[in-house]
Amino acid sequence: MKTLYDKIWDSHIVVPETDAPAILYIDLHLIHEVTTPQAFTGLRKRGLKVRRSDKTFATMDHSIPTSSRSLSGFDDMAANQVRTLAANCAEFGVLLFDLNSPKQGIVHVIGPELGLTQPGRTIVCGDSHTSTHGAFGALAHGIGTSEVEMVLATQCLLQRKSKNFLVKFDGRLQPGVTAKDMVLALIGKIGTGGGTGCVFEFAGSAIRALDMDARMTICNMSIEGGARAGLVAPDDRTFEYLAGREFAPKAKDWDDALARWKQLPSDEAAHFDKTVTIDVSALEPMITYGTNPAMSIPISGRVPKPENEADAAALKYMALEPGQALAGHPIDVVFIGSCTNSRLSDLRSAARVIRGRKVSRGVRMLVVPGSYEVKRQAEAEGLDRIFKEAGAEWREAGCSMCIAMNGDAVPSGKVSVSTSNRNFEGRQGKGARTLLASPLTAAASAIEGRVADPRRFGAGL
Amino acid sequence: MKISSRVVVIPQENIDTDQIIPARFLKVTDKAGLGQHLFADRPEFRALIGGGSQVLVAGNNFGCGSSREHAPWALVDFGFRAVISTSFADIFRQNSLKNRLLPIVVDAKTHALLQPGAAVTIDLAAQTLSIDGGPTVTFPIDSFSKTCILEGLDEIGYILKQGSAITAFENRN
Ligand code: SF4
Repeated sequence: MKTLYDKIWDSHIVVPETDAPAILYIDLHLIHEVTTPQAFTGLRKRGLKVRRSDKTFATMDHSIPTSSRSLSGFDDMAANQVRTLAANCAEFGVLLFDLNSPKQGIVHVIGPELGLTQPGRTIVCGDSHTSTHGAFGALAHGIGTSEVEMVLATQCLLQRKSKNFLVKFDGRLQPGVTAKDMVLALIGKIGTGGGTGCVFEFAGSAIRALDMDARMTICNMSIEGGARAGLVAPDDRTFEYLAGREFAPKAKDWDDALARWKQLPSDEAAHFDKTVTIDVSALEPMITYGTNPAMSIPISGRVPKPENEADAAALKYMALEPGQALAGHPIDVVFIGSCTNSRLSDLRSAARVIRGRKVSRGVRMLVVPGSYEVKRQAEAEGLDRIFKEAGAEWREAGCSMCIAMNGDAVPSGKVSVSTSNRNFEGRQGKGARTLLASPLTAAASAIEGRVADPRRFGAGL
Repeated sequence: MKISSRVVVIPQENIDTDQIIPARFLKVTDKAGLGQHLFADRPEFRALIGGGSQVLVAGNNFGCGSSREHAPWALVDFGFRAVISTSFADIFRQNSLKNRLLPIVVDAKTHALLQPGAAVTIDLAAQTLSIDGGPTVTFPIDSFSKTCILEGLDEIGYILKQGSAITAFENRN
């Protein structure tokens, strides 16, 4: 009796775990400009090649501009880092989706989009939100730069097995409540360290009902609950999503893959070390009020009393008072984007709220598609016009204000409602005050100029 | 490997890697010199950690968030050789061990004894932490990582020695 995680783990063992960690084979290695230069330097020093350049794919996302596709006049250090990636990929024979490529985008958005992310695969990237790819039933997690070098050199990772943690979401979501709200509720319940040492498996009727974009939103934030990875068992939706994508198997290979993938779901009596169950039927849109993603409340709720010094410090940083309602709290910036919520369905849901309305005076709203392809599709549907007519900025694909490395930042002391995944102090810029929420809540807040409950904008959400 | 030092203490939980080193300092292409940016946006933390201490004590779930190895690089470059907490985030712990920075987990009782300026000795071989004028406790550490650090074993070299097993795996799949 095995879990999905057990099955993927077992089928990738090159050398089993003993006193030493297991040597685990890696099927797909995604790389980007920020966490790889030192790894390539290490490889060069050792006189090694990239062992499987055919399993290694690169893109540029973290530090690139989103105002245009050109690096001219851009931050010298960031531009240097981007050029270093291009040079390394050329030297080591790694396929790179650069700023001119229609396949460029946030690494966790393009992997699935290109069909590189497949059920049963082991996937790593020097980025903690690699957990996103788990939505396809792949074992995917972030690694450090030393490990990037290790995988480049050997296509393997030294790894100890984690524990199995079952997260069951039952019930039916109410209109206006989304996958983002589900995962914020989970992290609020178990805390930012609740999943430490574990791999989540997300299951239950409410997960089955979600489309692939929404499943990615949930898996994306596994790391914010302390887990290394989060998985959803593949099903017909997964297969439908992948069919025909560029790097997905074709013809007979597809049939073979499908037969393998159908074996992946956890056996019914498989053992989980931990289990938590959440009924989503009564869930409201969630929003964070503090400086880690566990500090969240339902949108109709009030900021709780601090339980310790750290909580008190967080409220001080956020300039919020205990007992205060968040709905109605004035905001300055709205960011729709990041590997959590920048896919087509996210932009569509924000556009449903924005359509025919105006972004409140004094609010800066940035809409940053997760990939060039998402941007193209959104424009084909006219979503860009909806945003622009409302007064929002429509940008090129990249990480942008999620990490504020490229100049897209929230000014110090200003309040942002963001669809990204981290509200850490300074994450969106020094002194920035971040409230994490769904695209619906972010869009509703942009219209009102205050934190707003998206359910007020009608049932069609 | 033995470390004897007075400790410095940042009494806060959930210190994420964005606090340890903010993203704007990640545009570098090498590892050197990151210590100057350690806790760059947390002057109140920075004020607590000077004085040549090699051992940092911090609250629960240290190093959560981003996988950036720049965090241990910055701590090591600043002069730290060990961090003591009641727990560490997975990726940070892994990244630290790869840079010979010891992530030492102690229970809450021991943690409470580690007040600013307390003198400690850490003995990696024996896996003990001795508090001057206080108890000596043992701490857990991954046995393989311990060997790598004590014997200077290179992990990539270790995997490369299994080259034939890797090739066999690739041929099977
Ligand atoms: S969008 Fe944000 S969280 Fe996602 S990869 Fe980019 S920086 Fe990381």
